[in-house]
Amino acid sequence: MSDAVMGAAMPAARPVSRAAVTYNMDVVRKFTIAAMFWAVVAFLVGVVIAAQLAFPIMNLGLEWTAFGRLRPVHTSAAIFAFGGSALFATSFYIVQRTCHARLFGGEALHNFIFWGYQFFIVMAALSYVMGFSQGQEYAEPEWHLDIFLTIIWVAYGVAFIGTLFLRQEPHIYVANWFFMAFIITVAVLHLGNNVALPASFFEAKSYSVYSGVQNALVQWWYGHNAVGFFLTAAFLGMMYYFIPKQAGRPVYSYRLSVVHFWSLIFMYIWAGPHHLHYTALPDWAQTLGMVFSIILWMPSWGGMINGLMTLSGAWDKLRTDPGLRFSVTAVGFYGMSTFEGPMMSIKEVNGLAHYTDWVVGHVHSGALGWVAFISFGAIYYLVPILWKRAGLYSNRLVAWHYWIATLGIVLYITSMWVAGIMQGLMWRAYDKLGFLQYSFAESVNAMHPYYVIRMLGGVMFLLGALMMVFNLIMTVRSASTAVQPARETAVAGA
Amino acid sequence: MAENNAAGEKDSVTGRHTTGHEWDGLKELNTPLPKWWFWTFVATVVWGIGYAIAYPSVPWINTYFPGVLGYSQRNVVTAEVKALEAQRAGVMQKLKAVPLEEVKKDEALYVVAMTAGRVTFAENCRACHGAGGEGRPGYPALAGDAWIWGGKLADIQQSIVYGIRSAHPETRMSQMPKFGADGILKAEEIDQVSDYVMVFYRPGAPALPGAAKGETVYAENCAVCHGDKGEGKRELGAPALRSSVHLYGDTRAAVRAQIVNPKQGVMPAWNARLDEATIRAVTLYVHGLGGGE
Repeated sequence: MSDAVMGAAMPAARPVSRAAVTYNMDVVRKFTIAAMFWAVVAFLVGVVIAAQLAFPIMNLGLEWTAFGRLRPVHTSAAIFAFGGSALFATSFYIVQRTCHARLFGGEALHNFIFWGYQFFIVMAALSYVMGFSQGQEYAEPEWHLDIFLTIIWVAYGVAFIGTLFLRQEPHIYVANWFFMAFIITVAVLHLGNNVALPASFFEAKSYSVYSGVQNALVQWWYGHNAVGFFLTAAFLGMMYYFIPKQAGRPVYSYRLSVVHFWSLIFMYIWAGPHHLHYTALPDWAQTLGMVFSIILWMPSWGGMINGLMTLSGAWDKLRTDPGLRFSVTAVGFYGMSTFEGPMMSIKEVNGLAHYTDWVVGHVHSGALGWVAFISFGAIYYLVPILWKRAGLYSNRLVAWHYWIATLGIVLYITSMWVAGIMQGLMWRAYDKLGFLQYSFAESVNAMHPYYVIRMLGGVMFLLGALMMVFNLIMTVRSASTAVQPARETAVAGA
Repeated sequence: MAENNAAGEKDSVTGRHTTGHEWDGLKELNTPLPKWWFWTFVATVVWGIGYAIAYPSVPWINTYFPGVLGYSQRNVVTAEVKALEAQRAGVMQKLKAVPLEEVKKDEALYVVAMTAGRVTFAENCRACHGAGGEGRPGYPALAGDAWIWGGKLADIQQSIVYGIRSAHPETRMSQMPKFGADGILKAEEIDQVSDYVMVFYRPGAPALPGAAKGETVYAENCAVCHGDKGEGKRELGAPALRSSVHLYGDTRAAVRAQIVNPKQGVMPAWNARLDEATIRAVTLYVHGLGGGE
């Protein structure tokens, strides 16, 4: 989708005087490649651990390949390596283009962010496999890696926010608000949850300063906002740029974007306690976690409305642009999981769903349907632009990717719904004499067919990603359309 | 929420004006908030305030607002457990009153015991002793006749209530000396007696070279607990060696390792976790797995 299409769909822009800018697209290209690499790793490890749950022999009887060590490799690879790299790529692309300014800081800073972040990912994954972990979900890396990540993150914040200061536009585009909320909040969460005392300066072992239920509460304040700010707010930033671009339409409602932005970031931060319903967490904290989760429903849906309604007048593009199909379907899954989430936070529903595979299905309708699909849509759009190619190698292949991945998600989440509800019901079933009807092990036995179906869904999703990688490599290997291949130059007022 | 900013141009598709801003070719329409969205948002906030008034919510330094309904999760779970106990009370009282040996004669009561015993076993015992009580290395089989402490109802009940080498003062306790680690026997003697024990393990097989000398070592050191013919002594918790079921493995290496530095398995005392009637139910269930005497 080129800017010429934008011009056709919208009234001509007013002439504004701006200095010419040379963007740094090199770091964007690097992070795009990293995102695809880690996507394949994350999906592959996901398939392996899904197979381990269906067929325990797949643990291979080795400590390094046991489910308990590979699961954090999968979650970190999916969220931080794939999702993170996709966010670095798109946020650096978007902030430069919408500020009409080159990325703040020199190339050395940008390279430090890229290589530093990749180094962090590799070290974290290695440490999990070797058995080092803080034992806190999505915050597994030990203290020395936490400190290193903090440095990378501050550098990221400096580059991003510095660019906002350099902007030649009078206003800050909505996508950048979301990215800024993401960068600042993730910093606060990371520092807040990882306050720990190292056992010794030379050891990868530390103890959280919080203990007992306070540790749990801080962990889920962190954990749920990793979902809220990493996987929701930041990817909304991605959506706010790429959907209007792909559709060639203006954003549906500026006011909605303002109201849903502020309400989303204000509500999300309180929702964490819903991960600790019916535990030692005090009643009052559970109530607040549930109430804020339900109030969060409409602020979340504001993003869905703005995404879908932006397509008014451009729905026909879904037929011709399979990349846009990913983005729009992503918004659909986003809407579904942001309804499902508040519903699952209701205590009575949670009493059935908690600790079951329903939660796993919920996470994956968000992670596969929303996070991965919106990233796929963005990357399919970006690669021809970043490498200056006329278009993708094969739109047909994108369409195949779309259908195989969508079917994979459907298999995944439906099998987990059935599995989860079945587990919940089996665990609470009493016979007429008042004794438990099933033991836990019997509910594990009953899961086998659903675990196999889930694994097949994962295999399909992985296959789709491999098709995407092939398509992108062939795109990059096709002939360049660039006159000056060295650097992108945006001419003043263009 | 009327459209009041006409700074931007009119969009031909929706008839709305844009805000007049533009970034990299992107514009925004000045569409008002969708009404249904706004009022649903308001409704959830109003509901949230109502819920927070009804239920425990706002914390204070040492306390919290308890809510007007007087809800407490602790009270709810206590009430639910009480209701379940009340439902089971009749049969459980009876199960406690009837002697274990008599339960089988009362068919209805025996069904209750098997129902409660089955799920209790599956939730508490199965992880170590196996789904059908078949046992696994280090965890005795319950489905056969290779009882270490006895297979009568009273024996089983005592093992469950107080455990084996547990923290309970009444625990069943047996301790095989560390013949190798503590230097009671020489390495040569351990080899010989290991060869001899294999005669019990594999009756009919050709005797190993040290078996003849090992017989003497056995008689002097082992027979007092394991019996002259390896038949074991249940009152001491000494396993039978003349058996096809062996706790720590069937090989000579396993036998030798056990003589050098014996493993001492532990089973917890279950009276801290299960009530008396439930223990009686699971006793009957274990007795019925196939090995009850």
